[in-house]
Amino acid sequence: MGWNLKSDRPIYSQLIEQIELMIVSGIYPAGSKLPSVRDMAGEASVNPNTMQRALAQLETEGLLYSQRTSGRFVTEDVERIMQTKQNLAMDLVNTFMASMNHLGYNREQIISLINHSAEEDQ
Amino acid sequence: MENILECRNLVKFYPNCLALNTVNLAVPKGRIIGLLGPNGSGKTTIIKLANGLITPSSGQILINGMEPGVETKKIVSYLPERTYLNDWMTVNNMIDFFSDFYENFNRHKAYDMLQRLGVNPTQRLKTMSKGTKEKVQLILVMSREAELYLLDEPIGGVDPAARDYILDTIISNYSENATIIISTHLIADVEKVLDEVIFINQGSIVLTSTVDDIREKENKSVDALFREVFRC
Repeated sequence: MGWNLKSDRPIYSQLIEQIELMIVSGIYPAGSKLPSVRDMAGEASVNPNTMQRALAQLETEGLLYSQRTSGRFVTEDVERIMQTKQNLAMDLVNTFMASMNHLGYNREQIISLINHSAEEDQ
Repeated sequence: MENILECRNLVKFYPNCLALNTVNLAVPKGRIIGLLGPNGSGKTTIIKLANGLITPSSGQILINGMEPGVETKKIVSYLPERTYLNDWMTVNNMIDFFSDFYENFNRHKAYDMLQRLGVNPTQRLKTMSKGTKEKVQLILVMSREAELYLLDEPIGGVDPAARDYILDTIISNYSENATIIISTHLIADVEKVLDEVIFINQGSIVLTSTVDDIREKENKSVDALFREVFRC
């Protein structure tokens, strides 16, 4: 997965979002070791200090933990990861609902549109 | 933290021109800093003062606590605006030259970067395009294991793909305690790799901030802010 950073928002908060996404989507599975800060910064083409700041924040939130000598790992707490996944999903739903409301659809109409689209997919 | 570069009430007069007007600045170790300003704002003057190529009219500039001189030149790696290399030399010649000249020059690193950027080491500087010349110079400068890198307009003539590679090289190669100061107009290309930016205009510092603070407070990129602050 590539890194996709927008230029009008703080870089470190975008890094946090994208690393969360990589963890919940299994690119970095529970308990796995993360690449070094420098490698991750190089991959995302960002400053290592910024990457360090994002990773430290994720550590405070409990998604990552570091071991003094062996590096940084994704938490083994699968529940914690699922909770993050749920939060990300809720954010997407809320954004979607807000855009649909903006277009003039109410809740029932939106649900029927989703059902309709799901039927067409089948 | 100790500062690698410090300016104290730094003033520089050129004939009929006040190039720097009482600049106070402290740059800590381990940062990548963008020195940004319109043409003629004083960027190159600061960098030349830091290299001891010109002397202050008043005030002080200190590198790691020392005035520019032999000792500071050992720890400062400088990419000037204009080339000073002899154009009859091949890349191999220049690498030998740099290894003789600088104790902290890493030949292995230089050859590695040359290969990745597709530069032929047997080619003479004379026969190279502008962009290739710039790549070679930047490779020479970044192959030194210095404490302070001063890069004056490093990526202007280089194509966007090579620019990305060069920026990646900068972030993956500089050591944790090294500081890099980049003066450039290509803000959009470099802002992702910067910790901090310094805006300079007409010889005075008008803003110092971290990139993320600018984005957070202004909801815009450093590039967009620059265009606004320096609107013509």
